[in-house]
Amino acid sequence: MRKLALNDDILLKIEKPARYIGGEVNSVIKDKDKVDIRFAMCFPDVYEIGMSHLGIQILYDMFNQRDDVWCERVYSPWLDLDKVLRKENIPLFALESQDPVRDFDFLGVTIQFEMCYTNILQVLELSHIPLHASERTEDDPIVIGGGPCTYNPEPLAEFFDIFYIGEGETVYEELFESYKEWKASGGNRREFLERAAQIEGLYVPLFYDAAYNEDGTLKSFTPNNPYAPASVKKQVVMNVTDCPYPMKPVVPFIKATQDRVVLEIQRGCIRGCRFCQAGMIYRPTRERDVEKLKEYARAMLKNTGHEEISLSSLSSSDYSALKELVTFLISEFKDKGINISLPSLRIDAFSLDVMSQVQDIRKSSLTFAPEAGSQRMRNVINKGLTEEDILTGAGQAFEGGWNKVKLYFMLGLPTETEEDMREIARLSDRVARRYYEIPKEERNGKCQITASSSFFVPKPFTPFQWASMFPAEEYTRRASIVKEEFQAQLNRKSLKYNWHDAQTTVLEGVMARGDRRVSAVIEEAYRLGCLFDSWTESFKNDLWMQAFENTGVDIDFYNLRQRDAEELFPWDFIDIGVSRKFLYKEWERAMQGEVTPNCRMQCSGCGAAVFKGGVCYEGKN
Amino acid sequence: MKVRIKFRKYGALKFIGHLDVMRFFQKLMRRADIPIAFTGGYSPHMIMSFASPLGIGLTSDGEYLDIELARPVDSVDAVRRMNEESVEGIEILSLRQISDEKKMTGMTILSAADYLVSLKSGKLPDHWQELFADFMSQKEIRVVKQTKRSEKEVDIRPLIHQWEIKDQGILLKLAAGSRENLKPDLVMDAFLSGQDIPGDTVSFFYHRLEMYADSEENTGGFVSLEAMGHDMTV
Repeated sequence: MRKLALNDDILLKIEKPARYIGGEVNSVIKDKDKVDIRFAMCFPDVYEIGMSHLGIQILYDMFNQRDDVWCERVYSPWLDLDKVLRKENIPLFALESQDPVRDFDFLGVTIQFEMCYTNILQVLELSHIPLHASERTEDDPIVIGGGPCTYNPEPLAEFFDIFYIGEGETVYEELFESYKEWKASGGNRREFLERAAQIEGLYVPLFYDAAYNEDGTLKSFTPNNPYAPASVKKQVVMNVTDCPYPMKPVVPFIKATQDRVVLEIQRGCIRGCRFCQAGMIYRPTRERDVEKLKEYARAMLKNTGHEEISLSSLSSSDYSALKELVTFLISEFKDKGINISLPSLRIDAFSLDVMSQVQDIRKSSLTFAPEAGSQRMRNVINKGLTEEDILTGAGQAFEGGWNKVKLYFMLGLPTETEEDMREIARLSDRVARRYYEIPKEERNGKCQITASSSFFVPKPFTPFQWASMFPAEEYTRRASIVKEEFQAQLNRKSLKYNWHDAQTTVLEGVMARGDRRVSAVIEEAYRLGCLFDSWTESFKNDLWMQAFENTGVDIDFYNLRQRDAEELFPWDFIDIGVSRKFLYKEWERAMQGEVTPNCRMQCSGCGAAVFKGGVCYEGKN
Repeated sequence: MKVRIKFRKYGALKFIGHLDVMRFFQKLMRRADIPIAFTGGYSPHMIMSFASPLGIGLTSDGEYLDIELARPVDSVDAVRRMNEESVEGIEILSLRQISDEKKMTGMTILSAADYLVSLKSGKLPDHWQELFADFMSQKEIRVVKQTKRSEKEVDIRPLIHQWEIKDQGILLKLAAGSRENLKPDLVMDAFLSGQDIPGDTVSFFYHRLEMYADSEENTGGFVSLEAMGHDMTV
């Protein structure tokens, strides 16, 4: 029987012990003496969040297909266990073998959002691995980071040995081979990192020096090691149909946030919304073959026993074979008690028809993401959704029996005026008015329009990477203007408005576009007790502010400054295919309120065609 | 038709609570292709009921769930398929056809359960066996029982049907089910408090062995839930 790293007394006194015992269906057990590489894959948040992440499931499966690698999982211990591990000096362990992470060859960390940065330090410290890459020895695992936040890895540069820039399916094999050769050669840590630096897409922060101008902006960013390239190339899988996909994903005992089979139908997005990082970094858009997806659906439902299947992509409606796939899923699985969930669908006659087949209209709500209230603002952000689209879609939905609508907006966008803010409330009201145009006897009671706004954070590799942000008070002021406008609406009783917290927005801003100097703040905040910052119950803004004060890092420098056209950005050494020239042209077009057509309407020459495939080459074979 | 599945829960699975065990079995049914029947309605769910939830931290050799099948299966084959799709910590022991009567579900007819209590940590007096015999020889054992809304004092002695010292542990046959239900930790807490041993210095491990219904002959005897069904062959 498997031994557990924690004894019964500990497991019985903490919340949800199932987070730490492993042994789930489809989790992989190997003989540790028969593998060459032990890889601990970490999602630095609590188990239920981490287990819902598709990327880890893909890599876990791909790594474990190799006989010489055993990949296991690690998640952040929740606050209760964190205390116990520190008090009793128990090292953090991987779920499968329950062995200490420190005994592994690699610790891989997926970095999905900025507010998990202190959790990464927690995982390192609890694993008894030095926080700084420069202090690690041959006895420590190689700490490698991946995921969207690594498109600006600089705030975390001190803490990682390697960052993998781009999609994981391409060069891990090469890295493992290189690692085995190095291990056999008996070389030192630096020698391995030099090997890694020569693999395309891998960035070794220790091998680069940053110099700064007097005004604090980046002056130069140059390799200090002959093996390190000046520019690191983003990795993309061009044949998404034949790349590995986990047919037997791990099935948690406890309910994870995503407790279902997930079918990734495509990568990338043709839309080109100017605020959206995913829309730029995952270019070009690549579709998986629909026949393959049907096979996957069958196999994965059988192998997991899940009672729900969901599609995953940035914009499912743009998948060319959507109709065929959805029709298949409904005819094949609906009678077997399988729920079909269809997120990120554009609301039109087709989607309303399939949604009415797969969900209970009375209970479910429809979601629109206009992102901005006014057409002017939507043109600035290049959100190709018109008010007419929204009102027509909502009208069809209301006539089809729905009466709940969710609307997502952003506040604090570049060039935003008070009029734009107030339009959020007015647009919501016009949606409600559309509902009450339906004769009373045909209506299903009152309608419920829930509008939510988050504050916009400019991200690297987007046209808005040049945009300035606002102080926390200004965000709050903007939200209160919207709130006030909601109260002035005719249908205010059918409208609800929620807005996100402004304090984390400010921090996200610093992390998203920060440089190496920001790592000091993250470390100081962690030392002061910040952890699980994305959880409202544990977020401590006062400690973060203290950390900025203690380290002398200036929030305003990162957030409020207007960046010059020519400024060298900390992330410019990464080559994502999409050119900086294109991004700047899009920034200028945004300032003019000019809309850019999507990739299928007309190529805008963003640069992603360099990958020689996907939407850029559709119909050109 | 209805079938009763008996399973064992051991090892790390003792940390998986009842609701999650239910979810586990729902997914297991699909993986093992057990032709379970669904309720009608807009969101159909599997027809499945457990005899008695097992608390977190307890292990068991005798857990039961009853399910409704859409078509017959072969008992041996179905047990094998379920075990192939199960995990370390849950072992399917049998699948047997039972009466279709609604009032005959495990949950309804459950009347008693056997537990093995053993010392997990701390120390008992050397002559604890005598002390326990004295404890059991009392005419009544009054304890304060917590219910959801209040607490009340009850006599638990009549709910202890049998007891026996076995090796270094205690075997208890306790009332279980919807009419009367006694958990083994309540018995041990009462024993400790009678000896003036503080409850936090000694802890026990509880293992459920079997679950029973009243035997039909009305003799006051019991019959295991498993014995009430018969194997199916197809």
